[in-house]
Amino acid sequence: MTELFDMPSDLQHSYLGLVALHLREALIPVLAGLLVALPVAQLCVRVRWLYPPLLWVTTVLYAIPSLAFFVVLIDYTGLSETTVMIPLAVYSLVVLVPAIVDGVRSVPQETLAAATAMGFGPLRRYVQVQLPIAAPAIIAGLRVASVSSISLVSVGMLIGNEGALGNLLNSGLSYNQPRLVWLSVVGTAVLAVLVDALLVVLRLLVTPWMPRGNRKNTRTRAVKEAAR
Amino acid sequence: MNVLNYIGAFFDDSAHWQGYDGIPTRFAEHLQYTLTALGIAAAVGLPIGLLTGHTGRGGNALAMIATAARALPSFGLMVLLFILLGLGMTPVMVPLVVLAIPPILVTTYEAMRSVDPAPVDAARGMGMAETQILFRVELPMALPLILSGLRSAAIQIVSTATIAAYVSFGGLGRYIIDGLYQRDYEKVVGGATLVAGLALATLAVFWLLGRLAVSPGVRRRV
Repeated sequence: MTELFDMPSDLQHSYLGLVALHLREALIPVLAGLLVALPVAQLCVRVRWLYPPLLWVTTVLYAIPSLAFFVVLIDYTGLSETTVMIPLAVYSLVVLVPAIVDGVRSVPQETLAAATAMGFGPLRRYVQVQLPIAAPAIIAGLRVASVSSISLVSVGMLIGNEGALGNLLNSGLSYNQPRLVWLSVVGTAVLAVLVDALLVVLRLLVTPWMPRGNRKNTRTRAVKEAAR
Repeated sequence: MNVLNYIGAFFDDSAHWQGYDGIPTRFAEHLQYTLTALGIAAAVGLPIGLLTGHTGRGGNALAMIATAARALPSFGLMVLLFILLGLGMTPVMVPLVVLAIPPILVTTYEAMRSVDPAPVDAARGMGMAETQILFRVELPMALPLILSGLRSAAIQIVSTATIAAYVSFGGLGRYIIDGLYQRDYEKVVGGATLVAGLALATLAVFWLLGRLAVSPGVRRRV
């Protein structure tokens, strides 16, 4: 009699192990994307003419299918986790740069002038004024990036079982165990919803100054991000 | 050999250009899946988006539906439906439609909401009926954004339709999946190039559509 969460031994992981692996494969790329996106976005805010062509490049990059991206990288990074994580990082970058640029640009001129008048240098002004005000937009971008990243990791199964929870799909088919497929789909969806909820909580924590009742603007931005 | 050599070899091989597994057949299949899924998603998403956007109600509900739909993993959903329903078009179409509805629905809603209220009020003052306002004032002004929603939906469908090959269907994904199993790297890269090319062509089609369909007056403002 098999228990609900028993895993085939060829996966070499327990269910929770796969969940942890899935989170790692999905979220490290999002973090990497964020680390690159912050300076790139700041450059776009500073050098205005750079932004429109950059938007085109990101739209084109986003048009590359994940499976195609994975397989082209096999030649360079082999059948490994890295091969899955690089495309996910690129997709995150593509979602995050416009989100951050819009967020930082939405900081009112008066606010910036006030910060300068108070003697803030450029760096301090960026960290203490611009970033906090842009936080809702950045987190809206992070939500889209992490949810789609979590969903895309499963496709990594096709390139040498690097799909974490997605590997269960293959096992489910080959061992004729629908249970494993359910575990994969429900597990991935629950992870996505949980991470999304955590980011919403994070936004509430880092923006205590935002009126709770009237969150229309952030929502609007979040839905706009969702549409990308 | 690098990737470019593989691409060249794939497209030079005349065996890849004809017959059941030829590029024209696979391309047509891929296009067929894409257009069907996009058509269904647009038929569901556009009316709801236009209506909720026009009345301005239900925005929160739409955002929640979009988040829920995005949380569903397309690939997993397809395999699950395949197990439950067996061989058929439904296991492929449902994930593609689920994937495409959020961008269409949400962007259409946002597009309608972001229409300048002044012309809408003017139209109402001139005595236009609500349906006239919707189709003759709001829709033309919201069109660029609505098209961008359809565009991201179309691109996501094009790239995701590759996974249909995993549950025995055709389309360009056939080359990628078969190539992976046959360790025929040339085929894999060729298939990937075709899909990326189709996605870029989709971008171009929507750019052209925007040129043709969006009124010059609206275009200048955007």
